[in-house]
Amino acid sequence: MTTQAARTEQPLLSVQDLKIQIQMDNGVMHAVDGVDFDIYKGKTLGLVGESGCGKSLTSRSIISINPKECETTGNIVYHSESEKALNNLNLLSLPPTGKKIRSIRGRKIAMIFQEPMTAFSPMYTIGNQIMEAILIHRTKDKKEAKKIALEMLAKVGISDQEKRFDQYPHEFSGGMRQRAMISMALSCNPELLIADEPTTALDVTIQAQVLELMRELQKELGMAILLVTHDLGIIAQMCDEVAVMYLGKIVEQAPVKEIFYNPKHPYTKGLLKSMPRLGGTKSKRLDSIEGSVPMPIDMPPMCGFYERCKDRIEGVCNTKAVPKTYISDQHSVRCFLYSDQLEGEAQ
Amino acid sequence: MLQYIIKRILLVIPVVILISFVVFYIIQLPPGDYVSSYSAKMSAAGDVMTQAEMDEMRANLGLDRPVYEQYFVWMKKIILHGDFGFSFNFNKPVIDVVGQYMGLTIVVSLVTMLFQYAVAIPIGIYTAVKQYSAGDYFFSGLSFIGMATPNFLLAIILMYLSYTWFGDPLLGLFSNEYVNAPWSMEKVFDLMKHLIIPVIVIGLSSTADLVRIMRGQMLDELNKPNVVTARAKGLSEWSILWKYPTRAALNPIVSTLGWSLSSIFTGATITAIVLNLPIQGPVMYNALLGQDMYLAGSWLLFMALLTVVGTLISDILLAWLDPKIRTEFRGN
Repeated sequence: MTTQAARTEQPLLSVQDLKIQIQMDNGVMHAVDGVDFDIYKGKTLGLVGESGCGKSLTSRSIISINPKECETTGNIVYHSESEKALNNLNLLSLPPTGKKIRSIRGRKIAMIFQEPMTAFSPMYTIGNQIMEAILIHRTKDKKEAKKIALEMLAKVGISDQEKRFDQYPHEFSGGMRQRAMISMALSCNPELLIADEPTTALDVTIQAQVLELMRELQKELGMAILLVTHDLGIIAQMCDEVAVMYLGKIVEQAPVKEIFYNPKHPYTKGLLKSMPRLGGTKSKRLDSIEGSVPMPIDMPPMCGFYERCKDRIEGVCNTKAVPKTYISDQHSVRCFLYSDQLEGEAQ
Repeated sequence: MLQYIIKRILLVIPVVILISFVVFYIIQLPPGDYVSSYSAKMSAAGDVMTQAEMDEMRANLGLDRPVYEQYFVWMKKIILHGDFGFSFNFNKPVIDVVGQYMGLTIVVSLVTMLFQYAVAIPIGIYTAVKQYSAGDYFFSGLSFIGMATPNFLLAIILMYLSYTWFGDPLLGLFSNEYVNAPWSMEKVFDLMKHLIIPVIVIGLSSTADLVRIMRGQMLDELNKPNVVTARAKGLSEWSILWKYPTRAALNPIVSTLGWSLSSIFTGATITAIVLNLPIQGPVMYNALLGQDMYLAGSWLLFMALLTVVGTLISDILLAWLDPKIRTEFRGN
């Protein structure tokens, strides 16, 4: 197929043909099935999809923190500008509990999670948990680590840091906890921040604040963000590029404007239609996508969206694997409606 | 925090008083008293006591007075003079009998407790971390067997094995030559050697219990998001294991510390009889049989006190371990 010619810049992280399989009692589940994407320095890639589509597994496989039942293949190549030793490094080739991947986790690639209450341990102070990463990666000196941690807390907008530092997670509000989480993730100036549903557990006003904070810090620190979410509103606000995931595959990938104004895949179109809009006609009910997601266990080669698709082509969509088609340099889609392979085979 | 501790200690006082009365009352409940069981013994030996002799003996021992009066006399002596009464069986003050057995009882109990935690906690952690591995199945199977084996049976088996392998059933807590010898290094070693079987026998079933509890707790904790967060920070698996799941899994174990102390005290009676251990179980048993009421009452009182103190200690420990409880005090 064609290549992404337009970008000459080297990606910070390149995920190639990522597959995650989980052995179940009734067969092998192909939770992630051939995912490719690139993340560029200072940019935000949104990974959007419904629950169970494999987006969290994909994001966690980057730093190898998936449960050990997950069998992961493919390449996740990391290009660090700042460190020669980490340039062109396939993260998946590293042993998941080894020293090398641990030196990347938290320092080069940091992660924030959905539920900041459970992501922090109730047993230790916020300060203790923030200092942990600093003590591993930046300095051995506790006083200095504390100084850095306090600076980070100030940076994410937590006032009275000295007092907050010695408090426990249950003494923080939800939004505060997520701020603390962000300060913990950014304490070692990572080049990539993976945010797995960072605002799902927060209410809307706090959500807006936290997203704003992430954007500001991105501008200041120049890191890339991989934003995992099911919320297209957040995607529109935050991302430069979007990958839409369905049933372990990326079905459409494009710059954010393309996705919203020129969606191609029937699933993407369905998602956009099911999104409430300001100023829309009030009486109209929101569209929803009919049917439910099948389990990706022992599926024959076919489009995973076939059962729910309004534009399906019988005998084509349910008989073979869908190849990736490039609509433009940066816009790709996995759908036979746009595939030139159809005519090619008809001849 | 200090306020909480003081409050808890003050609460202990009425509980202990109530327990002491209940204990005393229950001991009085069975028909007959020490005098009747004594006269029965005498008549078995061919010496018949007349009613007048029995009444005189009752009056001497204060057994002819109503229960509450006996109780108040007993309590008054305890509080004012530290006098727990007189053991009819041993023919010496209760406090002396208690003193004679209490030391070794505490040694056996504490060593057993240490053994339990030292064995159960690492095995619990191991079986959780390596869930469904061969090692997990082995230890889980072993702990089920441990829970199901009656300890007197195990005591007999171990005595037999020790006799066939080492030529010594390791009965009692000391070899003959050390029983009345003054304390020395050799005597301590001898005690250690003799402690092995009792500690295994007394501690096995609760060790097995603890393994299961620890394993379950650890499995819960290992799947918590805070473990994933710690991993994402770049911590090594060992540091994660110690700092997060293990620390959190210890809380419920600590909160049961109070009762386990007293259950070791009471649970060891049959084992102690089988193994001929000079600890409180058999003494208590004989005191109850012979209606030696002051001795039995004092022992029960001590045990109740131990349970209450144990619970108090584990409450305080828990308050200190759990930040949610601790910070509540700081807030006040």
